Amino acid sequence: MSATPFIILSTLLFSIGAVGVLVRRNAIVVFMCVELMLNASNLALITFARVNGNLDGQIAAFFVMVLAAAEVVVGLAIIMTIFRTRRSASVDDASLLKY
Amino acid sequence: MTPLLSAPLVRLAEEAVPVVHPTNAGGVFDLLWVVIALPALGAVVLLLGGRRTDRWGHLLGCATVGVSFLLSMVLFFSLVLRDEADRSIGQHLWTWFTAGNYTVQLDLLLDPLSALFLLLITGVGGLIHVYSVGYMAHDDRRRRFFGYLNLFVAAMLTLVLASDYVGVFLGWEGVGLASYLLIGFWQQKTSAAVAAKKAFVVNRVGDIGMALGVGLMFATFGTTSFAGISAVSGEASEAAVTGIGFLLLLAACGKSAQFPLQSWLLDAMEGPTPVSALIHAATMVTAGVYLITRSNFLFDYAPNAQTGVVVVGVITLLMGAVIGCAKDDIKKALAGSTMSQIGYMILAAGLGPAGYAFAILHLLAHGAFKANLFLGAGSVMHGMDDDVNMRHYGALQKAMPVTFLTFAMGYLAIIGFPGFSGFWSKDKIIEAAFAQNGLAGTCALVGAAITGFYMTRLMLLTFFTDKRWEKDVHPHESPKVMTVPLIVLAALSVLGGLLLLDDWIVDWLAPVVGEPGPENLPVPAIFVSLLVVVVVAIGVAAAWFLVGKREVPREAPTTVSVFTRAARADLYGDAFNEEFLMRPGDRFVNGLVGFDEYGVDGAAEGTAAGFAGIAGSLRRLQNGYVRSYALSLLGGAALVVLALLVVNI
Repeated sequence: MSATPFIILSTLLFSIGAVGVLVRRNAIVVFMCVELMLNASNLALITFARVNGNLDGQIAAFFVMVLAAAEVVVGLAIIMTIFRTRRSASVDDASLLKY
Repeated sequence: MTPLLSAPLVRLAEEAVPVVHPTNAGGVFDLLWVVIALPALGAVVLLLGGRRTDRWGHLLGCATVGVSFLLSMVLFFSLVLRDEADRSIGQHLWTWFTAGNYTVQLDLLLDPLSALFLLLITGVGGLIHVYSVGYMAHDDRRRRFFGYLNLFVAAMLTLVLASDYVGVFLGWEGVGLASYLLIGFWQQKTSAAVAAKKAFVVNRVGDIGMALGVGLMFATFGTTSFAGISAVSGEASEAAVTGIGFLLLLAACGKSAQFPLQSWLLDAMEGPTPVSALIHAATMVTAGVYLITRSNFLFDYAPNAQTGVVVVGVITLLMGAVIGCAKDDIKKALAGSTMSQIGYMILAAGLGPAGYAFAILHLLAHGAFKANLFLGAGSVMHGMDDDVNMRHYGALQKAMPVTFLTFAMGYLAIIGFPGFSGFWSKDKIIEAAFAQNGLAGTCALVGAAITGFYMTRLMLLTFFTDKRWEKDVHPHESPKVMTVPLIVLAALSVLGGLLLLDDWIVDWLAPVVGEPGPENLPVPAIFVSLLVVVVVAIGVAAAWFLVGKREVPREAPTTVSVFTRAARADLYGDAFNEEFLMRPGDRFVNGLVGFDEYGVDGAAEGTAAGFAGIAGSLRRLQNGYVRSYALSLLGGAALVVLALLVVNI
């Protein structure tokens, strides 16, 4: 079984996620795109674990999932707070912390 | 016209140069330190005691110097009674400091030379203290004045009693300080403050010579004591001894107001008149003559340095005399004359053993008659509401008979009227100069004629001619406390020649400065004496016809010859200093300031400003938009990936 289709899929998903993070303004969408990128990398990790015949990649994928879960908790909380104070979920509106 | 420099002007004495070897004599000589300690104690009490001592401060000031004078008399006569070979008394006080194998002892040396100075400093100094009681009577700060005077006397005594050049330097700086404090005593006057500063700065140039000279002595001989150096000075290389000689000459030029460091003395007349009499006429300014005479064991081995001394003396004696001719300020005219007379002494000191004794004789005679003249001038000013312009005087001999008579004695002494002290001393110097070099002798002779001219002019303008003072000025005789010192000094001016009786002073000083060789005058000595009298008479007559017989204007004429203008401007000494020393110095310092501001500061501040600018533009990257941060993250990651690819391929 060739690993190439998996890697292509992973790259596609990662690229979609990256472009989404760069071009979308809604914080929730940006957040979802980040998740997409994380899962794309998970797919690549698992693919390489299969190619190499050991469990290192799978363990790393587990770590990424745990991290993503924790991140979702914190990230959604921040987005909620911002939305409550500003009535907006646009990331461009939260730009006070600058030069 | 160049025999002064090319011909061997100064020959070594046939006799050996004396060696200083002080012995500890005990007895009354153990009290030598008290002579210095008394005025020093007076200065400490008066300057630290504050207002509590105001009421009796002047009396204490006079008493300390008076007792010092009595003690000096006792010491002097005890010295006279000793054998000629034992007249060098040392007193060890303590070891001042030690550095490696170099030790400076604080020792005192009483020998025929310093004994004469003791009498001059405490004697004339004491009289001037007494005179100051009257002269400064209306000054609120009289007590402080006496404190400074006592400080001066203590420092001057240290200078002449020290038996080590480092000790001499201590006194040398001490008198410089006292001179500064006293010139600027009326510090509320800008001119006095400026004059004090000028005197201090010019003296500092001379002091550099002294300090370097002492350093060179240590490098050459490994010691700086008179005894140590005089024992080995003949064996040192002539170059080293000549170098020391020229450095000491520079020091002497500073302290004695000799060319080219003469410019401070005329301004120093801003001080109270007793100061001008004591410090800037009778004692401190003669320190240079003392230094050269005391260093005879160096100069006798350095003919080139001696030539330098003679040249400086001749130039200054003519310069001072010419300046004295054009001054209308009575004190400045006398200051010019002081420069000139010290020029005579320096000239004599440069002649070697043939002249040392006469330099000291003229120094003592000058100490008496110039103090007399200055105090007389002070007495005149006292009666004329502190006016110093002689054009506002005239016909004062009736109003101030005592001042007039005593002043006349000083006048006759300074022009060298036969029989008065100045006649003997100046005549001997001119003879000695002629014996060694015709040009120096001729210049000294011309100087004597000019002396006759300017002193007669001063005398005529002040005491004779028509009265020119304003109606509301009432000239009056000064109180007794001022006239009695004048009378004593006048008597000394008349009798000073007695020191030369039977060549007493020559024999007295011979153990210190060496025997003068046989005189080789081309003509009989009496001929030179006659010549001196004749040229002085010409000078006096010239003054009579140019000043005495004419109407004297109250305002100085402005349409005068170029020579008068030059003399009024002190022969452009100040202008020269300003143009060639002060302004280039100013420019140099301004350049350094500019370099500091634009070079050093510019580099430091420019670097900082550059970084601030770069940071300012980099700051713009922090624009607050998450997407641009995400883009830079992505770009960075892409760069890393690219780099990895490049490396791996």
